[in-house]
This record gives sequence, C-alpha cells and structure tokens, in this order.
Amino acid sequence: MPDFLFYLFSALTVLSAFLVTVSRNAVNGAMYMIVSFVGMAALFVLLEAYFLAALQVLVYAGAVMVLFLFIIMLLDAGKGRTVRPDRLTTAAACIGGLLLISGLIYITFDSGAAPSTPLPVITELPENATATNIPFTTSSRSFGYGLFTKYMLPFQVTGFLLLIAMIGVIVLSKRIDSSGDEPAKPRIAKS
Amino acid sequence: MPPELIADILWKVLFAVIFVVVIMTFAAYSVLAERKVASWIQGRVGPNRTALPGLSAIPVIGPHLVKMGIWQPLADGVKFLFKEDPIPGHVNKLYYCLAPAIALIPALTTMVVLPVGQYTVDGIAHPIVLANIDIGILFILAVSSLGVYGIVIGGWAANSKYPYFGGIRSSAQMISYELAMGMSILPVFMWANGTEPGLGGLSLFNVVTSQQAMWLGVWMPVPAFIFLTALFAETNRLPFDMPESETELVGGFHTEYGSFKFGLFFVGEYAHMVIGSAVFTILFLGGWNFLPDFGIDGLEWLSDPWSRMGWFGSVLSVLYFIAKTMFFVFFFMWVRWTLPRFRYDQVMNLGWKYLVPAALACIFIYALIIGLIDIAFAVEETPAIVQ
Amino acid sequence: MELVDYLPVMIQLLLAAVIAAAILIASHIFGQRARGNYASDSAYECGMLEESKPHPKFSVKFYVVAMLFILFDIEMVFMIPWVLIYRELLSVGILSVWPIFFFLGVLTLGLVYEMKKKGLEWER
Repeated sequence: MPDFLFYLFSALTVLSAFLVTVSRNAVNGAMYMIVSFVGMAALFVLLEAYFLAALQVLVYAGAVMVLFLFIIMLLDAGKGRTVRPDRLTTAAACIGGLLLISGLIYITFDSGAAPSTPLPVITELPENATATNIPFTTSSRSFGYGLFTKYMLPFQVTGFLLLIAMIGVIVLSKRIDSSGDEPAKPRIAKS
Repeated sequence: MPPELIADILWKVLFAVIFVVVIMTFAAYSVLAERKVASWIQGRVGPNRTALPGLSAIPVIGPHLVKMGIWQPLADGVKFLFKEDPIPGHVNKLYYCLAPAIALIPALTTMVVLPVGQYTVDGIAHPIVLANIDIGILFILAVSSLGVYGIVIGGWAANSKYPYFGGIRSSAQMISYELAMGMSILPVFMWANGTEPGLGGLSLFNVVTSQQAMWLGVWMPVPAFIFLTALFAETNRLPFDMPESETELVGGFHTEYGSFKFGLFFVGEYAHMVIGSAVFTILFLGGWNFLPDFGIDGLEWLSDPWSRMGWFGSVLSVLYFIAKTMFFVFFFMWVRWTLPRFRYDQVMNLGWKYLVPAALACIFIYALIIGLIDIAFAVEETPAIVQ
Repeated sequence: MELVDYLPVMIQLLLAAVIAAAILIASHIFGQRARGNYASDSAYECGMLEESKPHPKFSVKFYVVAMLFILFDIEMVFMIPWVLIYRELLSVGILSVWPIFFFLGVLTLGLVYEMKKKGLEWER
C-alpha cells in the first residue's frame, strides 16, 4: 500500500511541477506549484518525516506561495506574455538539466549511495547524551534534540540570515518608495 | 488487501463521516444561533416562522420549536440548493468554481486531529479523536493556512474590483494574524511538554492532560488573549471582517457568488469558527477537564471525574467539552454585535506592532517562569542545574 | 507514531473533497436556470458601468507584509522544536536557554529595526 501511494504522490508532484514550467498563465503555474508542494509533503509523510511534512505545507504551500500570488497579482502577470529566452540561458538550462538527470540516475543505480535503513522510533534522549551521539527519529521532539545540540552553529547562522533578509525587505521597499520625484504611487493605493 | 484492513478502513470512514456530520450540523445551527443572538441583542425576534409539516403539528413542542427557528437551517439549505447557480460571463470559470471548494476543504480537514473527549482503558486515558498524531496543532495551523487561497482565488477569479480588493485585503490580514497565532501557542506547548521524555510532541490531547492542575488560560492570559484575537481575524469575523466589510466592498470576495457556492464560503466560515473555538478550549481552558485540581493529591476527581464512570464518563466528557466550545461560539457572536469594525490600517498595525511583539515577549517571559518553576520544584532530581 | 496513524488524515481529505464537489454538482443540477443578460454578465459595481481594469494595481505594502510574514514564520518554525524540548533539556542539565535567547535576540533586533524604519507602519 505505501508503495502504491509513493508512486501516486510522486507522479502528482512531478506532473504538477512539470505543468508549472509549461503553463502560460502565471496563476495556473502558482496553483500547480501549490499542488506540487502538497504532494511533496505527502512524500515526507510516507518517509515518516511527519514534522517536516507539516512544515512543508505551513511554510512553502502556506507562506511562500502567498507571496508568489501577491507578486503575480501585483504585476498583473496573469495574462502571460511569451518571452523567448536567449541562447545563453537556453544552453545553461540544458546543461544544468542534463547534469541533474545524470546525478539522479547515478544515485538511483549506485546502490550504496542512498541509505535505506528505517529510522529508529525513540522517544527520549539516550543515556549520557552528548552533542554527537543523538540519533534521528520520527517524533517531532527529536528535531529539537539535534537542532539545539549538534547543529547549534548552523541554527545561529540561520538567525543571522533571517536578520539580513529583514534588512533586505526594508531596503527594497524603501527604495521603491523614494525612486523618482513623485513616488510610484499605485492608482488605488488604499485597496 | 487483507479483509481486516478493509474493515478497519471502513470503520475509519464511518467515524470520519460521523465527525463531519456533527461538525457541519453545529456549523449550520451556529448560523441560526447567530441570527437569534443578533436579534436578541437588537431587541428583535429572529427567525420564528419556518415549520415542517407533521413535526410542527406536534402539540406543545411543535409550535415551540418553530418559534425557536429550529427548522430554519433546513430551509436555508434547501433554498441554497434550488437557487439559480449563476456563473457570470466575466469570471474565470474554473477558479470561480474551485474557490468555494478550496475554502471548505481545509475547514473540514482540520477536525481530524481535534480530540473531543477521552475514554479510559486499563486506567490509561485515550483521546476520542480521528487521528492521534503527534504533529497535532501544527497540522491545524498548516492546513488552515491553505484556506487563504479560497478567498484570494475567489476574489481574483471574479474579475471584479470589490471582490479583488476583499481578497487581497483578507489574505494580507490572515497571514499577519497567523503569525501572532502561531507564536502565542508556543508557551502552551512549552508547558505541555514536561520534563519527562515521551511522546508529547504537538498533540492536543497532551495539552489537555497537562492542564489538570491549572487551566493555562488562567496563568497565561496574554497568550490566550492574543490567540483569541488572532482567531477572530483568521475566521474573518467582526471586528476583523475585512474581506466582507459590506459598507465599503459590497460583499467583499464573494460579491459575485450566489447559490451554494456562496453557501460553501459561508458554511466554511462557521465550521472554522466552531473548530477554532474548540481549539481555544483545548489550549487555554482545559478541554474537557471538569475543574482545575491545583495539583493537590486526592483532588484528581475534580479535574478528571470522567475516567471513574466508564463509557458514561466518556460521553459526559464529550458533552462538557461541547458545552465549553459552544460558550465560545456564543462569545464570537456577542463580540460581533458589540464591537464596531476596525479600519484596515488599524487591523494591520494591531497585528504587526502589538500582537507579534507581545507574543514574542510572552515566549521570553514564560521560558523564564517555567524554567524557574522546574528548578524550584525539582531540585533534588536535577543536581546538574544547581551545581 | 506509525504511518497507519495518518490513514484517517487521508480519508478525511478525500471525504472533504468529495463533499465539496458533491455540493457544487448538486447545486448545479438542482439550481434554477436563467439566460444570461448584460447585467448579470458584467462585474457588479453598485449599478455603475465598469470603470478601468477589473484588477487594478495595488500597493507594494501588501508585498512587504508577505515577505515579512515568511521571515517571521520561519523564525516561529525554528522555535517549535525548542519549546518541545525546553523543559526536558533543562531537567537533564543542558541549558538551552542562552542559545535560543541569542537567536531570539537577533530576531528581536530585526523586529526593532523594522519598527524604527517604519516597515510595519501601515499608513505612510
């Protein structure tokens, strides 16, 4: 049964991801992308990474895609214009795609590359827990064990990354406000 | 597939159908309750004419039920069903039809992790819930965050200005308050995941059992208030009903909708309200715990009398939980007819400049308080901290 | 926690989708029919004729709100695993308070910066 579900959800994910790239209408593209993210969350559930699945829906399908829809609506890009990419972009995209596919094929057929042992189901810290011997498990508490001991430094770096992004938001929005003598005021500003 | 598995699946489908029917009935009757409460507050009578042939002819009870408007939701449903189902020529047809479904599905899905009571087997309490999973509240937050697409797509697909403004406004409002809501529940889960390791996680049942000594709303009033305010904004209820704000935007995002497509938005909003009230009751009002027992030995019967009464106790726990939830549904209506609507800039300023910083401050403060409680009451067990 | 525990979630999703679709279809089948006319096929603007595009451009402020929402949402997501293990780590003597306070402090700095620069101010 999980096998069947895996093929179902991965087909859903891949198909809708493909439709994102070919759809002319940007709103259609955004909708397919939401479906793709939700399908990916289902795959996380099948991998027993339940906490990640919830976060995938919360952050990607629920937050990032709202921003995407806002941009599409802000620019009124729903109608869709065909923009032919130039030669350099096409060549770079082709090479990148080929590299990705060959990498996937290599991982699929190289049996030792991807670990396939199921995660242990533990619910508590092991005796004499130190920063290095904490195992991964399926419960949501176990994410905390790893994140606040072993991976503390990357975690703090993420904090600074978020701070930089916040400053970036202000810089971007302020520049839009002060460009030109008469700021680019939308026609209906108080919508 | 083995027959036991099929039987198991069929049982689960049956339970799911029962849950959906019960919650939808509550949603339908809270529409009636809203109309009745509105009329009481405004000194009117409210719906009191709808009668069913036969049932309303029963002496004494029949006319009384008619006066209470008990058959009104049925009449509303039938009217929705037989009205013209318009698809105006200027709309984007696919998304126009899809949007009401997108609005309803999250509201019907979040109830899957909602425990409504408890039953006891061999002295261990289990929740009465469809799916006992440990990501509980995160599942509710994640799935209900998808509900914003119903409104924003509905407003966009209508190809009309007022729905468009309504959709954009409400999506910005919903994401802002989702933030405050998510942060305000963190102190609750800090307390609910106790010092002993175990399968606590984010499950809502765990939160209820952790409140036997004291309901969290009592000593966490500020997070409770932030959560309640955010809940009003998330369900688009007055004083936060920006997407509708009928005085400026006609009907907001559903201006161009009619028939049961509008009905789905409507039912979705009330189902959201019922489930939101239930979640608030679980998080801050002790769920189905009878009264707080202050952690005193021998007083456990005060917080959990249900486990001593067998199956009757489970039924009582469900009824007690529903009573608490219904009080909050009433509170929603009471507030609606008491407070005027906020202006949009006030809504956004309240969310970002007051609720989010306040929720952040609460996390700091309760981390310190809970840490001090743990150190003060568990000194002999945790020498590592004292040293 | 096993995969089987998530079966009701899938059932509920399918059930919700079926109910929504069934209601829409039933409403379409049983609903009255009317021929469309000019009034019903044009956008409702309180009886006035349609003016300008149906999707006018809106303020960039909404866009800023959406960006800030993502940032603070990720911050909240990072705090969830911490609140789940805070008391447990405290009881075994791993002090997880200062690192998370540092993290939160950095982000509070961001929030204060937003406020100082009036990034959260709606009316400008």
